[in-house]
Amino acid sequence: MRNAERLCLAHFWVAFAAFLAAAFLGVWQMWVRSPLGADIGTPGQYFASVTAHGVSMAYVLTTLFIMGFGYFVAVTALNRPLPGKPWAWAAFWMAVIGVVMALVPIVLGQASVLYTFYPPLTASPWFYLGLVLVVAGSWIWCVLMLVAMRGWKRENPGQPVPLAMFGTVANALLWLWTTAGVAAELLFQVIPASLGLVQTVDAGLARTLFSWTLHAIVYFWLIPAYIAFYTIVPGAAGGRLYSDTMGRLTFILFLLYSLPVGMHHLLMDPEHGNGWKFIQVLLTAFVAAPTLLTIFTITASLEIAGRLRGGRGVFGWIAALPWERPAVLATGLAFVMLGFGGFGGLINMAYGMNALVHNTSWVTAHFHLIFGGSAVIMYFAIAYEIWPRLTGREHASLATLRLQLWLWFIGMMVMTLPWHWLGLQGQWRRVANFNYADPIIAGWGPLVIVSLAGGLVLLASALLFVRNLTVLHNSPLPAVQRPLYSLAVDPPRRVPAALNGFGLWNALVLALMLLAYGYPIAQFIITPSPTAMVHRTY
Amino acid sequence: MTDQPAATHERRILGTELLWAFGVGVLVAAVLGMIVFTALTIDINPPSNVERIDPKTLHLSGEFAEQNLGTTVGADGRVTVRAIATQFMFVPHCIAVPQERLVTLRFTTPDVIHGLLITGTNVNTMVVPGFVAQVYTTFTRTGDLLMPCHEYCGLGHSDMWATVQVMPDSDFKPDRDGRVSCAQR
Repeated sequence: MRNAERLCLAHFWVAFAAFLAAAFLGVWQMWVRSPLGADIGTPGQYFASVTAHGVSMAYVLTTLFIMGFGYFVAVTALNRPLPGKPWAWAAFWMAVIGVVMALVPIVLGQASVLYTFYPPLTASPWFYLGLVLVVAGSWIWCVLMLVAMRGWKRENPGQPVPLAMFGTVANALLWLWTTAGVAAELLFQVIPASLGLVQTVDAGLARTLFSWTLHAIVYFWLIPAYIAFYTIVPGAAGGRLYSDTMGRLTFILFLLYSLPVGMHHLLMDPEHGNGWKFIQVLLTAFVAAPTLLTIFTITASLEIAGRLRGGRGVFGWIAALPWERPAVLATGLAFVMLGFGGFGGLINMAYGMNALVHNTSWVTAHFHLIFGGSAVIMYFAIAYEIWPRLTGREHASLATLRLQLWLWFIGMMVMTLPWHWLGLQGQWRRVANFNYADPIIAGWGPLVIVSLAGGLVLLASALLFVRNLTVLHNSPLPAVQRPLYSLAVDPPRRVPAALNGFGLWNALVLALMLLAYGYPIAQFIITPSPTAMVHRTY
Repeated sequence: MTDQPAATHERRILGTELLWAFGVGVLVAAVLGMIVFTALTIDINPPSNVERIDPKTLHLSGEFAEQNLGTTVGADGRVTVRAIATQFMFVPHCIAVPQERLVTLRFTTPDVIHGLLITGTNVNTMVVPGFVAQVYTTFTRTGDLLMPCHEYCGLGHSDMWATVQVMPDSDFKPDRDGRVSCAQR
């Protein structure tokens, strides 16, 4: 895969550079919010930092990593050259220019609106135009993934698309659907306001359009982890994938049920009625299904590996697993974090119970565990697994890789468990500092310091991760040739067309979106809400 | 697993997956059942009154004009709190409420998106320009509670909070106009 390697590495390094910078910012933010850092930094610096942290972690790390991984899968799983490589490079440079365009106004303090925007607040137009460029680049990636799968299908009529590519294309389609909401918000509402073309904005409509994107985007970030669970981890553990069909079904369920559910982020909002909120809560409950199915299938796959390695008894196979391999260790740690984060998520989506936790540290804890924990630890595992294939060099020692994964897990747990507790006490989100002289807030101090300690461990892990990859680039050991993708217990010979493509499922997504978002968006056109004056912050 | 025909074997694997999926279905149904049950029996619903108001003129006249803000007890004894969330304060900055009585809280904003919670209670709502947010609750313990803005509203967001003073019902005395203010300390 000559040249494709350079393409993948370019994406990954931009992603991980943004990740490392954002890790520093995250720790700084926790410090100034803690009793130890009172009186340090101004609100202007703090909210610029929060905006940079969110943009870097949620938009740059994820999008660039997923694009790079997608190109890698398209070449290795389909075993054919990447179609449209010049387009891929063009998309890469669009994304890089977009990132710079967005970061400059953030650093200058002209875009302190956080990565979730909040119109009628508006930032410098460069900020939004930069993000639009990143998204436009990722749309080119989506098209290239579809073209690659179509080309392979033409050359292999009737054959099942390899599962890793099936999941990647599901994610590309999911991303096209997902970004439609935020694109509409930016292009029709926020950017005209930012440019001064309009003086008022419908805040309720803007929140509704953003909610369209806000939940599905998290599944876009998670799917690479699931691709690794299904197609890399069983083989890395020395076993086989229990069921290829369940993998296909999982990716399809994610495509269907991560979109028409975003309004559970608006449960405490006054612009939607209870009926519509309930419909989306109902659909949200269904999205637990693909994750629970995955837990079963992957656990069964690991059990096969453990028993092949001589594990006996009900739990003996767990001890027999090759935990010294980073991909296996990361999966175990990811499952623990997924358990805690998933449980918290059930409370977030629970309609009335959401009132206890909405906009408290509980929510911050939830998405740091699910995304920063489960998904990102699998990004690490994927990087460790495919880096030798990209560089032709082998890790000299797996010990520092394992240490890095453990540090990430420990740091994430130490940081987020106190946040959950503080959220239940009512600690609210998005403030630059707390008044620890207040008797209610004073009691939170010790736990805030514990979470800061967790943040420091995470920063150490982030640094070690980048060091591990840099060291590999200079490793003297040539890469060991071994298959990357796992075999299924029953490798699929023929699969129904519905499990080998997405035509039917796209039609169903459209139907579900019309059901869930049709009226909630149309209401703003049928009965326009009074608009709010635009507040320019630059 | 080697002796069986592949099709039989595949079917057995699918059987275990379906059994698990059935369990998942039961779990999801139980969670949804609890949500529906608590919504119907003890009215646990999110705040969703969908009531429009023009943020550009709400300060000039009507329900949210200055003289109407604060705590009011109606002729029927119902307690209503009206407050404005604005960059970067709540008006009024202290809200008096009685213990163990149903209180309706109504909020709106003339400028940007805000939100609020009251620590130690189930009061939590977004305040979106263009809409009136309404929640109701019963405060069970007396004392001062924090009511911070919990949604990013600009650089002064961290300094935006109010106090909720929960009084014993015996101290909660409306004046001639039916209004109650926080006790001076």
